[in-house]
Amino acid sequence: MSTLNYTKYMEGMKQAVVVSLWFMFLTFPIMVIRVNTIENIIEWRWMNMLYIGAGSFILSFVWRKMSGRGISARKESIGAQGGRKFYLQRLVSEKRLSLPALGIVAVIALFFPFVSSIYQTNIMTTALMYVVLGLGLNIVVGQAGLLNLGYVAFYAAGAYTYALLYHHFGVGFWLALPLGALAATVLGVLLALPVLRLQGDYLAIVTLGFGEITRLVLENWNEFSYGPSGISGIPRPGLFGMEMDMHEATVYLYFLMILLCIITIFVVNRLQDSRIGRALLALREDEIACQAMGINKTMVKLTAFALGSTWAGLVGVIFAAKTTFVNPASFTFLESAMILSIVVLGGTGSIIGIIIGALLLILLPEYLRAFGDYRMLLFGIIMVIMMIFRPQGIVTGVRKTYEFHTEEK
Amino acid sequence: MNPILEAKNLSMNFGGLKALDRVDIDVLPGQITALIGPNGAGKTTFFNCITGIYSPTGGDIFITPSGGGRKKITGINIHKVTENGVARTFQNIRIFPDMTVLENVMIGRHCRTEAGVLGAILRDKGTMTEEKAIVARSYEILKKIGITEHVNLLARNLPYGAQRRLEIARALATDPFLLLLDEPAAGMNPQETRDLEALIISIRDEWEISVFLIEHDMRLVMGLSDSVYVMDYGEMLARGTPQEIRQNPEVIKAYLGEDVSA
Ligand SMILES: Nc1ncnc2c1ncn2[C@@H]1O[C@H](COP(=O)(O)OP(=O)(O)O)[C@@H](O)[C@H]1O
Ligand SMILES: [Mg+2]
Repeated sequence: MSTLNYTKYMEGMKQAVVVSLWFMFLTFPIMVIRVNTIENIIEWRWMNMLYIGAGSFILSFVWRKMSGRGISARKESIGAQGGRKFYLQRLVSEKRLSLPALGIVAVIALFFPFVSSIYQTNIMTTALMYVVLGLGLNIVVGQAGLLNLGYVAFYAAGAYTYALLYHHFGVGFWLALPLGALAATVLGVLLALPVLRLQGDYLAIVTLGFGEITRLVLENWNEFSYGPSGISGIPRPGLFGMEMDMHEATVYLYFLMILLCIITIFVVNRLQDSRIGRALLALREDEIACQAMGINKTMVKLTAFALGSTWAGLVGVIFAAKTTFVNPASFTFLESAMILSIVVLGGTGSIIGIIIGALLLILLPEYLRAFGDYRMLLFGIIMVIMMIFRPQGIVTGVRKTYEFHTEEK
Repeated sequence: MNPILEAKNLSMNFGGLKALDRVDIDVLPGQITALIGPNGAGKTTFFNCITGIYSPTGGDIFITPSGGGRKKITGINIHKVTENGVARTFQNIRIFPDMTVLENVMIGRHCRTEAGVLGAILRDKGTMTEEKAIVARSYEILKKIGITEHVNLLARNLPYGAQRRLEIARALATDPFLLLLDEPAAGMNPQETRDLEALIISIRDEWEISVFLIEHDMRLVMGLSDSVYVMDYGEMLARGTPQEIRQNPEVIKAYLGEDVSA
């Protein structure tokens, strides 16, 4: 490694350390101190501080790598637009290869629940949920370049919308689905408004706080959310009032998620090459230049947050229906970190990359249970290695190409 | 002739530093106006005040688009300035590196088009027509600028000179009546500079867009400009035709040195 690279490297490290110290300081009151009201003592949970420190260090490091601000390995960005192509890239970008691949995936997806156990179908459904969550967060982080560490709050908004609406008014799944999405979208805009001026690390810290506050509210506001014990007895989605046993319900939910995935991919794909999608990218690339192109930064940021959180809301409703039970413990920071990891690992801005990332990150740990608690450590190490050797993620987003017929003059 | 851009008593303080000190500038329609001065004179700061990146601490800015009334734009948002028909480029290139060359220009059409989220998802006829128009117009601009081979290349992979031209193309895509260029020839080789000169002249004559440029290349400025402003330490030192500026003793003393009269 050349000295220049090395200096840059150390700089990135140093900044990441500063950020992690900040995080440890800021989350100290929430994460470390706990007043035990039963025995009237204060518990000091120092391990939490360590986790936060390590976690935020890794994330900050990863983020710096990604945005190419600290350590710019991204210069040799790879893709169709002027560089080498990876085999995965080719699979995606060449019709000759991608159509058969798509066919195989479709067949596997179709038969999967019939050849595997309920347990495996359940895990796959979870993985598909993370695909949608990843694609949703990607709109905010990957496309608009706004580091959101509180994405789980919107997920929770969807889940609690269904739980509460059912609990109080007996509202069913299908009505709760759009309402949950709406609630998450509104919450997204509400969060976006105060953070409009923030960027990078500051935005990350505030959104992280927002996510944690949301969870704390759910945990402590007993009258509203029934506290840590949560809400149970939420019905699974219905199908024209048909009675379903456990197995059928699981398969049904699986196909619902497949459908939602297809819809998400369809929408996200159309968005990314649209006028709005380009504006999001421009915001990520250069905020000042973006505005100088006549783009209203405020509107774009609000749009990004709204578009991103809608998906979390939808998946939240499905989550509530799948587990038939919600409580705040399902919506910790770890959840946000997981979804962010999917986006970063898969490749910001690349739909196929994020799908692969989600499947890898959710399915692998399930099959690596033998590693027990080391899973998360392994996870962190993989992320850091990934960022060093392939900072653009597994698959790079490839921009749309246009063909012109140069008419002779 | 009424000026299309007027700065009246424009001041910008950074703490104790007077980066701009009661500056008056008029830009006339159909002209190429130049702003010169030593490094740190406050030229870029002036552009930043005009385009809303800085809010000036004193004074006012007015624009008078052709066929429109006089309008005060002091301290309005950056994107509003562009919407009002004043586009710019930056001293340090600020293209969108991970978007294609064509997309960079398409972004310029954003403020002249209106497709929203729903249109993007449904791809209705109106949206698609608009999208096609954006692509066609952007390509046309690139063609006029002289970048046609690399439209699908990521902008980061363009050669330096082409990146500067791309920034101009992108600004032109916003349909401005006035184009602000901040040191467009910086870092260009002599051939690229000559091409740039021809481009700027065609922007004035064929596109009928007035140009206001900051430039250090004296040969370029003197050969190109209809009118020149000289700035030093945030103050306006002189204004005049290139001929007058060349002979202004104060200008020679402060900035130009010997090589201009030669
Ligand atoms: N954002 C800022 N904050 C503080 N000082 C600034 C800022 N922008 C410019 N300056 C100062 O204003 C002066 C003029 O800078 P600038 O307009 O960039 O000069 P020029 O473009 O003529 O070379 C310089 O002394 C510069 O350091
Ligand atoms: Mg300057």
